[in-house]
This record gives sequence, structure tokens and C-alpha cells, in this order.
Amino acid sequence: MLSYVVRRLLVAIPTLFIIITIAFFMMRVAPGGPFDGERALPPAVEANIAARYNLDRPLIVQYGLYLGNVLRGDFGPSLRARDFTVTELIAQGFPVSLQLGGIALLLAAVVGMTLGATAALKQNSAYDYGVMATAMSGIAIPNFVMAPLLTLVFGIYLSWLPVGGWRGVDSMILPIIALALPQVAYVARLTRGSMIETLRANFIRTARAKGLPEHVTIVRHALKGGLLPVVSYLGPAAAGLITGSVVIEQIFGIPGIGRYFVQGALNRDYPLVMATVIFYGALIIILNLVVDVLYGLLDPKVRYQ
Amino acid sequence: MTDTPFGSEDKVGTQPIKGRSLWSDAWHRLLKNKAAVTAMIILGIIAILCVFGPMLTPHSIDAINWAAISQPPTLENFYIFGTDGNGRDLLTRVLMGGRVSLMIGIIATLVSLIIGVTYGAVAGFFGGRIDTLMMRFVDILYSLPFMFFVILLIVVFGRNFILIFVAVGAVEWLDMARIVRGQTLSVRRREFIEAAQASGVSNFNIIRRHVIPNTLGPVIVYMTLTVPKVILLESFLSFLGLGIQEPMTSWGVLIKEGADNMESAPWMLIFPGIFLAATLYCLNFIGDGLRDALDPKDR
Repeated sequence: MLSYVVRRLLVAIPTLFIIITIAFFMMRVAPGGPFDGERALPPAVEANIAARYNLDRPLIVQYGLYLGNVLRGDFGPSLRARDFTVTELIAQGFPVSLQLGGIALLLAAVVGMTLGATAALKQNSAYDYGVMATAMSGIAIPNFVMAPLLTLVFGIYLSWLPVGGWRGVDSMILPIIALALPQVAYVARLTRGSMIETLRANFIRTARAKGLPEHVTIVRHALKGGLLPVVSYLGPAAAGLITGSVVIEQIFGIPGIGRYFVQGALNRDYPLVMATVIFYGALIIILNLVVDVLYGLLDPKVRYQ
Repeated sequence: MTDTPFGSEDKVGTQPIKGRSLWSDAWHRLLKNKAAVTAMIILGIIAILCVFGPMLTPHSIDAINWAAISQPPTLENFYIFGTDGNGRDLLTRVLMGGRVSLMIGIIATLVSLIIGVTYGAVAGFFGGRIDTLMMRFVDILYSLPFMFFVILLIVVFGRNFILIFVAVGAVEWLDMARIVRGQTLSVRRREFIEAAQASGVSNFNIIRRHVIPNTLGPVIVYMTLTVPKVILLESFLSFLGLGIQEPMTSWGVLIKEGADNMESAPWMLIFPGIFLAATLYCLNFIGDGLRDALDPKDR
């Protein structure tokens, strides 16, 4: 088990390294420098700026310096928000993004598993079809359509909830629902499928044959087997939530990392964009690792050599 | 497609038995699937509307009518979807946006298809160290946050129509490569490959004539499921303002404009939203139907 974790970590490090490398060189081949203004600066000033940001050194030295800085958690200054370093911006936005994504993930897991499992127990009933049709809508309607629609109905027409911002519980409801909905749908579909398969397994027939009450059979035997494959989906689900949070934060004006990322992308704030890509990459790698390890702990069939 | 390894035994009998090919079997199963057939019909209608509709509407995509700014849907002047904040006909814009979205969906899927099938077939066919190396590379790419690299790419090189095709296609080929490799591994050891090798067919021709046609089933299923992913990805980028630029439009751009104006002009959000969701719905149902029809495990 421990050796498996170590091995996975050893794969994760080169992957992160590749992310940083691609991000760095992509920025350097970008046409136009980050300090190209409308006005031509005197050569002396230009040279000074270049020296300040090490732009006059050979590319490979710049790369080495950047790599060293990243390892110390220093992503350099933001080109647009002059008073902040990129690290500060990310540190500011992360708690908010974490709240949004964390609650959405929890919601997706709990609601999705409940819906999927109950649908499987009443297979081919009206309830089952209803849940699956709703799930299909959750998949087909992208969250950047769902979010404005929810705002329109609950925020503007009914005026029940605020349409934006991130202050107080009521402002969190709409963004979290909009973000979680597609993942709720995926989890529900997955859970239903694996529950139906489990309910047909021999050990369930045995449990029923020896006269266990139905609820014990389901809770103690079927749920254990049926929910396992869903656990391994939580990694991709978290990745999907991270991607989704970019657009949700933009729509609802939530001050998280996703919003900085989009603004940085639109303003060509290279250090900010690069840092966010690296941060997201690291986050996804870590989450996948955690989920895989969790899966190994839960499923006795998995053996790590 | 016709020279599948199955069905050749049928010719042994004295009377000619008309064998049913794998494909006609699958086709019949697909036609029995009501959801998939309905989805195909609706998708067909949407596609025809998007291709021919803009030629038939009385307004052009960028014609500005100052007299009808943010006009709600009305029969007058044939503004049945209303107009946007610049007085442009929304019906024409939604259909033109559909052209762009569908085109990106198809072209980017074809890009991913060509890269993925070639890569997967080569890796699976040669096997051994080449296979390990090639698939490890795919594994590494797999764990990268690609959406963000696409955005990075667009930030660096500017917004460019072709770049979006290439970027999106390059993201989606990974799954295709894995699927084709798996199929190739199971085909590689079959007798007809051995026969081809014995009669001196080159590796390139074996892959082209014998390996790839036998991987088509899962590839078609996966292709159908890739198109909605690509359309979604393009809309996502356009929604963030990183995709298609004015005066061209796509469903993502229109939804973005609609979301900005939804208080005063909700139809601007609703119509492109319906078209996008309906298309994604249909493609998902067709993909599911095809999988049921082509997957022998479920029979």
C-alpha cells in the first residue's frame, strides 16, 4: 500500500514538471512581450525592466529560475494587479473556491448516490424513469446555461435568492446547485448502473435466501458493493467541478481562483494564468491520488504490488 | 467494412444462405430504439435548419434594425425569436451559431479521430516496448488539466478559428487512442492478420486494411459521444469570451450575450440554450443507442 502511494507520487512529480515546463515555454513563445505598451520606452528603461524580471538572461536560465521560484511557492508579481503577487491572489481566492467546490462535491456524492440507489431499487418504475430523465437533462444542459436560468427564475422573477456575490448562505445556494447539478447527474447514473448489477449478484440472493430483512440486505450488502465504483469516479468529478467552477465564479461574480484565471486570460496576465494552470494541475493530481488510495482501502479486491 | 471476419462460414452450406452482417444487425437494433430514432430525427431537423435556414430568413446575420432593438419574439417582420440588443434577428443568429457549433463539433471530432485511431492502432499493433512507451505518454497527457492548456494556448496565440479546432481535437484524441489500442490488441492475434503477414502485406497496409476496419464499432460509438463534448467545450470557451469572435457567432457566444441581457430580454438566453441543450440531448441518446446496438455484451 505504502509503496503504491510512493510510486504514484513518483509519477505525479514528472507530470507536474511537464505542466510547469509546457506552461513556461508556451508563455515565452507568445508573440509580443508582457511589457509592450502603446508607447515605445527609451532603450535604457527597457533594459532595466528586462534586467528586473531576468528577461535578459538566456532562456534556459530563466526557466531554471522560474522552476526554483515555483518550488518555493513564488509565482512572481501579477502583471495587471501590480500591488499583488500571484501567490497572494491565489491564496485569497482559494478558500472561496474550496468552499464552493467542496460543498458541490459533497452534494454531488450524497444526492447523486441517494437518487441512483433508490432508482435502482425501483428499477423500471415511474420514479426510476423520472430520475434518469432528470439526470439526462443535468448532463445535456451545460452549467453555463443552467446558472443564468436559475438566476433568472429564483433571483429575478421570484426574488428568493441573491443573483451574485459570496456573502452569507443564501448567496451560496444558486452557484453551488448550478455547479453540482451535472455531477449529481453523472453520479446518479453511475450508482444506478452498479447497484442494479450488484442486486443481481449471487451474494445478494444468498442474503435474501437466508432470510435477512430486505433493508439489512440492502444497507449491509448491496450498498457496499454498489457504491464502490462510484468512489473511483470522484476524482474525475472533482476535476469536472474545478473546470465548472471557472465559469460559475464568472457568472455569479464569486471572488475565487476561477475568476482570476478568466480575467488573467482575457488580460494576458501571463504569470497569473500560468500559476493557476499549475495550481489546478497539482490539485487534480493530488485529488486523483487521494481517491485512488481511498478506493484501495475500501475495496478488498484491489491489491497493490 | 464489408470484409468483417464473421459470416464467412455461412458460405459452406449447399444452398446460398444470405448472411446478415454485423452492421445490418446493429442497424436493426438501433432502429428499434425509440429514443435514439427520435433523437436522430430531431438532430436531423436541427442540422438542416442550421445549414439551410440562414439562407431563407429575411434578415442577414449582421443586419442591424434600429427600429427593433431587443424586440420580443413576434410574427411581425418574421422576428419569431426576437432580436438582440443591436436589433439583429435572433433566429438567423441562432441558426448561424448552430452552423459554427456543429461544424466545430464535426471537424474537431474528425481531427481527434484521425490522431487517436492512428496512434492507438500503431501502439496496439506493434505492442511491446513501443506500446508501453506510447501509452505511458497518453497516461501522462491524461492527467494534465487540458481545459486550462487550451485556454493558455488561446491566450498566447490569440483567438483563432483554426486554433480552436486543433486545440479541441488534440484534447479529445486520448480516449480514442486508448479504445482503438484495446481493440487492436484483441484483433492482432487473429488468423487473418497472420494470413496477411504470411502473404507479405506490409505493416502499414495491414493496419489500414485489416486492423482499423475491425475497430470501427467502438470508434463510431465513441465518436458520437465526442461530438457533444466538443460542442460543449467550444461553447464553454466562447462563453468565457475566449472562443468565436464577432461578427461570427456560436451557441456559446449567444448564450453569453443572453446571460448578460436576461433581465430585459430573456429570449436571448432561452432560444440558443434550447438549441444547444436539444443537440446535446440528441447526440447523447444516439450515442447510448449506438452503444447498445453495437455492443455484443448486452445481447
